[in-house]
Amino acid sequence: MSEPMIRLDKLTKRYPGHDGAAVDAIDLAMPKGEIVILVGPSGCGKTTTLEMINRLIEPTSGRIFLEGEDVTHVDPDQLRRRMGYVIQQIGLFPHQTIAQNIATVPRMLGWDAKRTNARVDELLHMVGLDPSRYRDRYPKEMSGGQRQRVGVARAMAADPPVMLMDEPFGATDPITRERLQNEFLRIQEDIGKTIVFVTHDIDEAIKMGDRIAILDVGSRVAQYDTPEAILSHPASAFVEQFLGAGILLKRLNLSRVEDVEVATGEWPTIDRGSTGEQARAQLRKSGRSHLLLLDDQRRPARWIGAADLERSDAGTGDLSGLGTEVQACVDLRATLNGALQEMLLNANGVAVVVDREGAYAGTLDLDTIIAAIRRMRAASPDGDVPLDPA
Amino acid sequence: MTVSSYLQRRWDVVLQLTLEHLIAVGIAVGFATVVGVLLAVAVYRNDRAVTVLLVVVNTLFTVPALAYFGALIVLVGLGWTSAITVLAIYALLPIVRNTVTGLREVDPAIVRAATGMGMSRFGRLTRVELPLAYPVILSGLRVATVLIVGIAAIGAYVAGPGLGELIFSGLGALGTARAIPEITIGTVAIVLVALVLDGLLALLGRFSTPRGLR
Repeated sequence: MSEPMIRLDKLTKRYPGHDGAAVDAIDLAMPKGEIVILVGPSGCGKTTTLEMINRLIEPTSGRIFLEGEDVTHVDPDQLRRRMGYVIQQIGLFPHQTIAQNIATVPRMLGWDAKRTNARVDELLHMVGLDPSRYRDRYPKEMSGGQRQRVGVARAMAADPPVMLMDEPFGATDPITRERLQNEFLRIQEDIGKTIVFVTHDIDEAIKMGDRIAILDVGSRVAQYDTPEAILSHPASAFVEQFLGAGILLKRLNLSRVEDVEVATGEWPTIDRGSTGEQARAQLRKSGRSHLLLLDDQRRPARWIGAADLERSDAGTGDLSGLGTEVQACVDLRATLNGALQEMLLNANGVAVVVDREGAYAGTLDLDTIIAAIRRMRAASPDGDVPLDPA
Repeated sequence: MTVSSYLQRRWDVVLQLTLEHLIAVGIAVGFATVVGVLLAVAVYRNDRAVTVLLVVVNTLFTVPALAYFGALIVLVGLGWTSAITVLAIYALLPIVRNTVTGLREVDPAIVRAATGMGMSRFGRLTRVELPLAYPVILSGLRVATVLIVGIAAIGAYVAGPGLGELIFSGLGALGTARAIPEITIGTVAIVLVALVLDGLLALLGRFSTPRGLR
């Protein structure tokens, strides 16, 4: 492996008056462009480890290398400007506008106003916030999820090669968290930063990580590997216990909808402009119970059943008032686990799949997922990944 | 002599004394703000130092004004300096206390985020902590101002500036025609000065506090 972006060499933190070390001689190499997750039970020292990397906590002994350079004793303020930092509480400056918040590090680095402004707008775009609408707002005028996006943008402002993230999505509700995670993975695909990410949530670790370090007390590395490898070969009883029940279900988190075959012809679709007559004909021809109405941007809009078409005066009228709204769609980037979830919620057991622009891409049903599970079990070298006994 | 006839004859004196009063209070509050904020900034990270400082300014606050004047007449003599020094000492308590409170109430996560982005200690203080503490500091300043507008009346005792002179002059001439108008005008003018300054500082707070903190 080429020189890792970050290398920890016997990094140790002891607090006076405490038995044992909070972090006990951890060795860890974080490759360029990967998301490395530090995960473990509370009190295992994962946050202490993270905060030693940007020296918010000064190590007792050991060394930290950034791109091969020993940074254990360089000026901490200079060091921190080379690393983005995101924390759970976000810590936006409430007295500054969103633009000023994001410009914090560029200003410290002495960028001129023009460059800074352009960068602020670029970042707001990147995290999905319209600059003209949001740059002059104050943090309290935004929702929790929006604030978290600004926190990420602020950390990326000066384009640091490294980002340190301490439970960045921990304080958001599950739906927002899921969305933020997906957005962040999409952004990471473009920017390819080296990211050290602390969480206590193994599911988040599996979803977000290119590599996961499972830490035991004293930040002892119980296993450091890819999520696939950890799920197929837990290195110890501790790791197995930490992974918890339902390993197979967790592996569904590793496959994405785009990895399996999405059915495009299973369900009939119809455009918004069509008449009820056309819809009825379409439905009869397909022999299915429902058809899917697409809007002008080809986004799935409604499920319309045969009964809806019969009952209505749909002969001439607008189709968009019929049937039931398509509640939730899954992205091609969504995990199979997420798709399964949607499927179970949907009355006809089908998840509607959309592409990045939200346009209809196909459908996914339970059989596809079961086939994927079979393949996973066959591919597992031991062939004995335990099914969840529950 | 009535209040209005007194005012008609001597409005220029009343105006002059009111201006003196304002100037004395302004200088004292300004001085106390600089000293108080610097002291608070010096100690706010250290619990023990905060306790010591608060005990000291509290004690200074409880010493009667006359005792200060006695001491200051000896040290610096009669006049403006003595009066303003005493006013500044009284203004110190609300300013120090509010500054310490304001600085210590800043959300630690915000400070941690600032530190983690590589902001220096000085940068953190001037760009983050003091701006966030500003509304609390300003309300301390308001309390201090209103407080010493009243106390400033006693400044006349050491030949200091302000409306106290009118009251003392009236008290010294009790039984004469000008006594009651002088005391009344002096007192009412002090109350008005206090109310006006309080209102102005409230307005200042309204306009100078960033929208994000309101």
